[in-house]
Amino acid sequence: MPSVCFYFQVHQPFRLRHYTVFDQDHRYFDHFKNKAICQKVANKCYLPTNRLILDMIRQHEGRFRVAYSITGVLLEQLADYAPEVMSTFDALARTGCVEFLAETYYHSLSFLYSRGEFRDQIFKHMDTIEKLFGQRPKVFRNTELIYNNDLAEEIESMGIFDGIITEGADRILNGRSPNFLYKSPKTEKLKIMLKNYALSDDIAFRFSNRGWNEWPLMAEKFSHWVNRVNGNGYVVNLFMDYETFGEHQWEDTGIFDFLRSLPGEIMKHPDNNFKTPSEAIASYPATDTVDVPGLISWADTERDLSAWLGNAMQSNALHEIYRMEQKIKKTGDATLLSDWRKMQTSDHFYYMCTKWFSDGDVHKYFNPYDSPYDSYINFMNVMGNLEKRCGKSLKSHKKAVGVDKVLT
Amino acid sequence: MKIFMLGWEFPPFISGGLGTACYGLTRAMSKLGLDITFVLPRATCTPNLSTHVNMRTPADINTGLTEWETPEIKNIKFKTINSPLKPYADAGTYSKEIENLIRAKQKITGIVGKDNFEDNGHYAGDMYAEVQRYAAAAVKLAMQENFDVIHAHDWMTYPAGIAVAAVSGKPLVIHVHSTEFDRSGEHVNQTIYNFERAGMHAANKIIAVSYLTKNIIVARYGIPGEKVEVVYNGIEKNGNGFGLGKIGINKDEKIVLFLGRITMQKGPEYFLGAAKKVLEVMDNVRFVMAGSGDMMKRTIELAAQLGIGSKVLFTGFLRGEDVRKVYERADLYVMPSVSEPFGIAPLEALNHDIPVLISKQSGVSEVLTHVLKADFWDVEEIANKIVAVLKYPPLQMTLKEHGNYEVRKLRWEDAAEKCRQVYLQVMEQAVCV
Repeated sequence: MPSVCFYFQVHQPFRLRHYTVFDQDHRYFDHFKNKAICQKVANKCYLPTNRLILDMIRQHEGRFRVAYSITGVLLEQLADYAPEVMSTFDALARTGCVEFLAETYYHSLSFLYSRGEFRDQIFKHMDTIEKLFGQRPKVFRNTELIYNNDLAEEIESMGIFDGIITEGADRILNGRSPNFLYKSPKTEKLKIMLKNYALSDDIAFRFSNRGWNEWPLMAEKFSHWVNRVNGNGYVVNLFMDYETFGEHQWEDTGIFDFLRSLPGEIMKHPDNNFKTPSEAIASYPATDTVDVPGLISWADTERDLSAWLGNAMQSNALHEIYRMEQKIKKTGDATLLSDWRKMQTSDHFYYMCTKWFSDGDVHKYFNPYDSPYDSYINFMNVMGNLEKRCGKSLKSHKKAVGVDKVLT
Repeated sequence: MKIFMLGWEFPPFISGGLGTACYGLTRAMSKLGLDITFVLPRATCTPNLSTHVNMRTPADINTGLTEWETPEIKNIKFKTINSPLKPYADAGTYSKEIENLIRAKQKITGIVGKDNFEDNGHYAGDMYAEVQRYAAAAVKLAMQENFDVIHAHDWMTYPAGIAVAAVSGKPLVIHVHSTEFDRSGEHVNQTIYNFERAGMHAANKIIAVSYLTKNIIVARYGIPGEKVEVVYNGIEKNGNGFGLGKIGINKDEKIVLFLGRITMQKGPEYFLGAAKKVLEVMDNVRFVMAGSGDMMKRTIELAAQLGIGSKVLFTGFLRGEDVRKVYERADLYVMPSVSEPFGIAPLEALNHDIPVLISKQSGVSEVLTHVLKADFWDVEEIANKIVAVLKYPPLQMTLKEHGNYEVRKLRWEDAAEKCRQVYLQVMEQAVCV
């Protein structure tokens, strides 16, 4: 009786404009570029896919169900640049068949550097989701599915989550199947859902690869693969970037036709169904524990943090931004706080990755920089300006507002 | 396979990258087992050579030829033709050279063997006649030699290459290290352009040092693209080192280095423009300009005009040990070239573990990824990047680590092998015809 659990990651960062050491203003973000990319992705992916999924939910009378994690930084951009996408997400929320997950509002790596900031961003995200879509998230996913035992402990201690989502990395499963629910050795109740990366990547990465021996991938074939899980697992977790539909895989690859026929094909088998993460967690027990002392993520083949923390520039930039936390918060300046937080989005550090820079690959996707060095220089120049503002802000704001006031 | 190679500079007689390139390339070729006769015009004979090259005075000195072999480079014979030809020269400086040479000759005749110089007086002032004379001498030499392919480096040797090809019937490969458009911008010397064009059209195959150069050859000289092969230069791993010479340079001071000829092509004024901007936001920086050239005086004046004279140090032309020392002290190497067909100097800087900032208008930017790049005219961006390197050690570190690794992949062995492939192609074509 395998259930299929779809979760889509929906995110775009606030990309920085070209900012030199000689720039003095506080306009850090490239509104023109961000708007252009946001609208392009909205037209190619968000709008058509939202409408398609809405159709599917109606057609299958609520038996097709999906989950989204939409970052706060994208929601802000959608509200400004593509409000029609917001109304389609709203329509999806009203079907009752869509679950929204919690994450850090700024799609940040704050868990690694500041637990206080980490919690603040989760609450800010949950408040936003509740306000927009009328539901308070019960399942957490960390940026880039970064996870370890400490994260499970931290999330459980918040007392508001039933489950957490991460990568079904081989080195934590040791031959076990990702199609069961697990728990951490350090927690009591929190259930862990693991991404079935083989089946997820068949759709997200291999779908249009003509060199792949399974090409072309049809919904019928894919359903057979899902059926094979029957008897050896509860739930097949298909987690992927939402941009898979129409943006990473263009419309002419047939990705939309695939998505359209998939629910029907899956449900041809009477044992199969679709569940959202919360429903899967409510339906199935945790069968075993996964011990994850070291950090994992869903990135690249390494499934580690090297895409964000692989070189001296990245660790320096991350260290610098969190070093400023108290200084920023003391100013009580809401704009400054928001600028600083937008700088925490993981993409900024991803652009600094030198791992496969020479070869050219997925890291170049929507990367606004010619090189990781340019991205670091730009980032550090903005950091320099932010720091200057802290000094000024402290001087001029004698009657500084309390930090907690800014956060609410 | 025997190669008759026509060049115009070779260590230690170098003033720029061409000699370095010829040295690296021929050394790697000799390892591949290629037999090379290297014909070189030579103006001066330094009495004490601080180099590996062993010079020999041949018996046929009266023909105006000098020949020597080096222990490091097997299979290569060097033949020099006494002539004041110098790369990067123009007709004006050439006639000055001749005068200097004659004066110098009078002074040092006692030191250098008296037969080492021929009387240069009768062709003084006419560089183009000298190019033809070099060609005539090369033809004479070629008639005594057996070879399969002629390989000519840059325009001064093209007439010689064409002549030797005509006499011997052997295929001609010309190697374009730079074009008149790189050296002179749009103020092209028509005579030199004609030499270049004639050489390119006569050649069976052209080797360009970058796609940048290939594009110029195709667009400006009317050569079909399929006739041009791109072969990137390489680098010898020779950077080793400690022992810092810190004379005149404060220890806490950061050093930004310009190393190259101070000519229009190398963009010295953009370097100073950027220096001026950097000094607006940083104080403890010194800008070192190592090199000489026809824009030296104007560049020194410009530094003074910009009010940064005390922050800019002109060292003049550096050689060997001094180059190593200045590299060791530098925090960043900047090459703001307006037009650079390749640019070996950044590779040498990386070899010495120095991060580099190069203009996007350089051939070498096609092969290097772990460097900083900017448009040569974008002085603010150059300054922005200089400041970043000086301010953020992690940036310097990452650039060094990856850059040094990347530069090791650029090997002369690969360049030599590609040249060999070109030789095989032209030899095959020659047989077919």
